Amino acid sequence: MNTPRDARGAFAIWRVLLLAQFRESPARLTVTVLAIALGVALGAAVYLVNGAALNEFGSATKRLVGEADVIVRGPREGFSERLFTQLAEDTTFGAASPVLELEVALPGQRDTLKVLGVDMFRAAALQPALVGEIGEGLYALFQPDSIYLSSSAARELKLRRGDTFAVIVGSTPKTLHVLGILSEGSYSQALGLMDIASAQWTFNQIGRLNRIDLRLQPGRDIDVARRDLQQRLPAGVLAVAPQVERDRAVSVTRAYRINLNMLALVALLAGAFLVFSTQSLAVLRRRRSLALLRALGVTRGQLQRALVGEGAVLGVLGSFLGVLLGLGFAVAVLQLLTGDLGNGQLRVVGASIRAAPLPLLAFFVMGTVAAGVGAWLPARAAARRPPARSLKGGDGDYTAVARYSASIGVALLGLGALLSQLPALRGLPVFGYAAIASLLFGAVLLVPTLTVKALSVAPRTRRIVLDTAVAQLRENVALSALSLASIIVSFSLMVAMAIMVYSFRVSFDQWLVKLLPADMQLREPLGNDTAYWSAADQSRLAAVKGISRIDFRRTRQLLLDPARAPVTLIARGATATQTANELPLIGAGTQLLPTNAEPVWISESLQDLYGYKLGDKIRLPLDGRLHTYTVAGMWRDYARTSGSLVMSRSAYRDATGDDSANEGSIWLNVGADAGVVEAAMRARFPRGDSIEILTSTALRDRSLRIFDHAFAITYALEAIAVIIGLMGVSFAASSTALARRAEFGMLRHIGMLRRQIIEMLAGEGIITSAFGVAYGLILGTALSLVLVYVVNRQSFNWSIDLAVPAWQLMVLSVTLIVAAAVTAIWSGRAAMSQDAVRAVREDC
Amino acid sequence: MRSLRTTWTAWVFLAMANVATGRPLVFPADYGSHPEFRTEWWYVTGWLTTDSGAPLGFQITFFRSKPDIDASNPSAFTPRQLVIAHCAISDPKRGRLWQDQRIRRAGLGLADAASGDTDVWLDHWSLKRHDGVYTAKIAAEDFSFDLTLSESQSVLLNGDAGVSRKGPDKESTSYYYSLPHLHVSGEITRQGSADRVTGEAWFDHEWSSQYLDAEAAGWDWIGINLDDGSALMAFRIRGVQGEQRWSGGSLRDAAGNLQILQPSQVEFRAGRRWVSPRTGIRYPVQWSVRAGARQIDLLPLIDDQENDTRLSTGAIYWEGAVRAYEQEHLVGRGYLELTGYGERLRIR
Repeated sequence: MNTPRDARGAFAIWRVLLLAQFRESPARLTVTVLAIALGVALGAAVYLVNGAALNEFGSATKRLVGEADVIVRGPREGFSERLFTQLAEDTTFGAASPVLELEVALPGQRDTLKVLGVDMFRAAALQPALVGEIGEGLYALFQPDSIYLSSSAARELKLRRGDTFAVIVGSTPKTLHVLGILSEGSYSQALGLMDIASAQWTFNQIGRLNRIDLRLQPGRDIDVARRDLQQRLPAGVLAVAPQVERDRAVSVTRAYRINLNMLALVALLAGAFLVFSTQSLAVLRRRRSLALLRALGVTRGQLQRALVGEGAVLGVLGSFLGVLLGLGFAVAVLQLLTGDLGNGQLRVVGASIRAAPLPLLAFFVMGTVAAGVGAWLPARAAARRPPARSLKGGDGDYTAVARYSASIGVALLGLGALLSQLPALRGLPVFGYAAIASLLFGAVLLVPTLTVKALSVAPRTRRIVLDTAVAQLRENVALSALSLASIIVSFSLMVAMAIMVYSFRVSFDQWLVKLLPADMQLREPLGNDTAYWSAADQSRLAAVKGISRIDFRRTRQLLLDPARAPVTLIARGATATQTANELPLIGAGTQLLPTNAEPVWISESLQDLYGYKLGDKIRLPLDGRLHTYTVAGMWRDYARTSGSLVMSRSAYRDATGDDSANEGSIWLNVGADAGVVEAAMRARFPRGDSIEILTSTALRDRSLRIFDHAFAITYALEAIAVIIGLMGVSFAASSTALARRAEFGMLRHIGMLRRQIIEMLAGEGIITSAFGVAYGLILGTALSLVLVYVVNRQSFNWSIDLAVPAWQLMVLSVTLIVAAAVTAIWSGRAAMSQDAVRAVREDC
Repeated sequence: MRSLRTTWTAWVFLAMANVATGRPLVFPADYGSHPEFRTEWWYVTGWLTTDSGAPLGFQITFFRSKPDIDASNPSAFTPRQLVIAHCAISDPKRGRLWQDQRIRRAGLGLADAASGDTDVWLDHWSLKRHDGVYTAKIAAEDFSFDLTLSESQSVLLNGDAGVSRKGPDKESTSYYYSLPHLHVSGEITRQGSADRVTGEAWFDHEWSSQYLDAEAAGWDWIGINLDDGSALMAFRIRGVQGEQRWSGGSLRDAAGNLQILQPSQVEFRAGRRWVSPRTGIRYPVQWSVRAGARQIDLLPLIDDQENDTRLSTGAIYWEGAVRAYEQEHLVGRGYLELTGYGERLRIR
């Protein structure tokens, strides 16, 4: 422990050192603080936005679920209301509340409206607040087509009490009457509330329910009762614990959130690395003054504490600023984007930042610790160095240090390779990220050795400027390695992300092309449960002039596992052969199946999440019965993370008797005009504007735009990584230049021209950065392999093909090298603005 | 809850044009439900004694209400009829009521009121009549009833042969009959502990269709089984100023001689008041009632017999077991109902 006097001494030294440093290069310290702030801010903002959105998600679900002990959930198409009668009569349950929960299609709107049809009297036992809220409107709600809207639904649809609006059921519009608006506090999400009888009637669901909320008689074991109940339920109807219901929403977005947090962590790491390089440079630059302090009697411990303290101050300032910035970011994101961090899954209206002092403190501490560690390494090195040697100058036993760090580096690279082979941990690519970290640090630790090696084999060119540059680099190998490391860390991460995103985009694009071979696509609003085309509607559409062929599809949701989001069932292709031909299958494609086997094609996520394999017989609950199908192949589905199953329309019809459709592809006659055909199709229905009709090209463009939007955050983080990297390079350059003022003076003294020195500095910059860029490209490609094949696969459960954005990388490489050269020149100029004589004197 | 309260109001100030002309009641058909009328109730109140000799009051009420809706909806959930039940125990040891309430739409076999004979139920609550014996089974939140009620006297037709006038307006009438002196036996469970009980009850069945004038604010009602075998029912309708707008009653002696009481023959005089600590409403809990030649003083079993049915009928009122005295002598037991002492029962 420190004695008070010792502590005072350390403080005094620390103050002197820090103030001196700040006076010397305020810009560098400011930017270092900003870099840490940025990392902390990103982490905190991602955390806060997610936290607010998830919190809102959680409480919104909680409000929807109320005080139920068990929720019986069927597919969207529902189950017979007789099940409700049975459960309501069962004395196991103290309360049973029937619900019809539908995503209702609205004409001319892409978003659907969630409508709950409830029996308010029975819901009262589970959601007392609801009845209080509806209050006196309860009887009015018995009128057919009456609906209450939550305040956010009213806002989004621009409706007021007494207004009417249209919904689409089948292909027919129906009018709903807004009885009232619920208060802000009751439901935060956009939804409508109807009487169960009106909902069944309005949405053609007579006799059907799709949810029953149950409360057990007091004293019953909930889990036992739930399991017993499950035995009695028809196929495809699940008894779900409310907690599972709440967690499902959260789990859907988990992989995405983790990835964002990882990116924030990367930014913080980059910030810490910047502290490390700044401090290392500062230590190197001030090695004489530090040695002098040691010689004057300052102890090793005091010096080390003082230097770590320097870093800590930067860390505290940066972290504090970062937390504030993060709060600001989060508030802005929530207000501007309603909590959507880009993938649309977390869109929550009404989410608000809740002050979370502990997590914010954690981010503050993380930033400070990162900066402290960044400062601790160079501080330890400086304190250990014998003063006499430092006073004399030179890097001394750097080769030994390099050899030592290289062996750790090789070990880390091996570890990284090993980690990348491990499977996901609880559905998260934990080891994938560990592998990336391991590879990154391993590669950086190899830098000193490689620098030493590379410089020692550098040939002499007989060109004085270039040879001097190499000689200088060789002489200041520690400084060179540091600048290199900064470039490598940021550039390789940038390369890795660029390759990953590009690969994804290319694969996505190819997938779109394969999936959209027709001229036009049409569909009812995505995710809606009410709008569809009957067989008669389909014939009417097919008869439109200008259409040579039209293929319809039917999609619906299947809840296979209550803990996961529903799987999408897609019925497409008239026959199994046709279905197989239309799909972007992976690998061998359709397997040879026994003649009586009914084939289905699964998306990759079904293999990853449910363990289905090619040739497996799987049982799917369709319309209350289990049907057996054989997995005939696997296809890529970038549209549905939670998984999808494809079967032919004939197989689907056999199982369900349903020949309706809600999507279709259209091939036009030669010379037919897409706009004319679209108008003719819309004219076939009273509210034809509810159908989404797009040319395949437009759909592809829109999909790619959505893709780019989804990755906007990634691009932003990438840009930040580049900026931090460039800052690292320019600081290295400027401090090196300042440190070498004496040397410049000497070179001028022995007759080297000012221009030649500048050229020499540019050469050094180019050599260093070119080496860093080459190294970063190799490392980045290796990291991108982990991102593409491990992190992506384990996060999203779909595969992508590796594609390298050669042009983009080339432009980035050249930019970086030029920037390095320019900063080297610029800082050299600045350093030489003082006269040579003074510079030489300074050194003596 | 305005609609519910309005429904309640309808029951309170029942009146209907079609009743005004009247028709003779036919039993057992008229024991059953009359779904074509807007509102209907089956109302059992009475006194019980446990094995240990402790007195308890009890009340079981089933309402049927026909909402004004589009009945063409084919959904089984369409609320063509609503069934509401409310039940309570007046327990001197507890000092206030045990009470519970339910409201359900009729249908799916889960709740209904059958025609033909008394047969009303909702979830696991029911009141059924079979061969002159009623069974009441109620599984409430923290208490339950399993009671048998047997007729010991014939049906008492109130008003003009079962057509009961409720106000100055001629059209303000209901069909209304009573069954006094029902013999009760069975079991009552309070928070899991069961007691055998016996006692005597009063049964009312009333149905009507039309709302009454806007001037009425509430009503006072008594149904008393007198120890000499006679039965007394009396009521008065109060105006917004507290004035009496209408009154009436029936007094039948043990021999079966029935006297229908005209407004001038019924007078309610309020005595001591009790203030509800929950709602702050002041209820007169002691009364002097003049009914024909009889002058009866009423004292409550306990003061706090305030009913809160805001979640079903929407009303807060006082209804409880009372002892009847004549010249300081205990002459009978029954129930007293006081409505409209809080906010005025609203009529739309």
